[in-house]
Amino acid sequence: MNESRISCEEVVQRLFDYLHQELDIDASAEIERHLHRCHDCFSRAEFEQKLRDRLTESGQQEAPERLRRRIREMIERF
Amino acid sequence: MATSTRETVPVASHQECRDQFEQQVTLLMDRLYGTALRLTRHPDDAEDVVAEAISTAWNKLDQLEDLAHMEGWLFRILHHTFISHWRRRQCRQDREVELEPENGDTRFSLFEKLHQPFLLWWGTPEREFINAMLQEDINKAIDNLPDAYRVVTVLVEVEGYSYEQAARLLDLPLGTIRSRLCRARGRLQKALWQQGREAGLSTCGGERSGASGGGA
Repeated sequence: MNESRISCEEVVQRLFDYLHQELDIDASAEIERHLHRCHDCFSRAEFEQKLRDRLTESGQQEAPERLRRRIREMIERF
Repeated sequence: MATSTRETVPVASHQECRDQFEQQVTLLMDRLYGTALRLTRHPDDAEDVVAEAISTAWNKLDQLEDLAHMEGWLFRILHHTFISHWRRRQCRQDREVELEPENGDTRFSLFEKLHQPFLLWWGTPEREFINAMLQEDINKAIDNLPDAYRVVTVLVEVEGYSYEQAARLLDLPLGTIRSRLCRARGRLQKALWQQGREAGLSTCGGERSGASGGGA
């Protein structure tokens, strides 16, 4: 079994590709193995994921009533 | 040639179709508006982009095979609508962003500023910092990014597009998406750090004091 170990620097370098699911299965598994045994990298990954979750929330904003009315009126004319 | 069986298949009336469309659009309205607002930064522009996207979606509704896929389809139309507006008004300033050399901002890491390994058993300041950040601070940090960085950030970080999907949508090479994301992340994290300090979030805990020292 290939038990190649990657360094913390390599994990940091590829962390965002990992979080964005841009790595292939092997590379992703390699990062996961590292995160299981390295507390600092795990904390970093957890932090970046939480930050990303907060960024995702910014795509949700209460639409003004003016826009809702405009869309209703537009759809009525369809 | 129509068969008798085919003739008896119930076809949704125009009214039914319109009602279903309206129902779906209404459910998605806050996300459509939120995304458009992050992309355009201006409420009036965001409203125009949402309205145009919904109108385009209705006109192309026959291209949508399954109403269950409406959400992803509608958001793609929203992004296309914004991007065509954006391309038209994209100015030199946005292109010059690409020429900006790598600097400290690019590599700025909020985690590295906050993480204190020696506090392992007493708390996690980085987690407290994130929890204490107000949504409006995060929105402001995204809105303050230059267009070229902000658009990629919204597509990938907010909307969850893959790098490949963002590259296709923006008609940019994959490497450009990666580098814009990386630079945007550094700037964004630095802005959040500065905003956090201005709001009184200390590095050793997320309590918002508003008046606590902080200093430079």
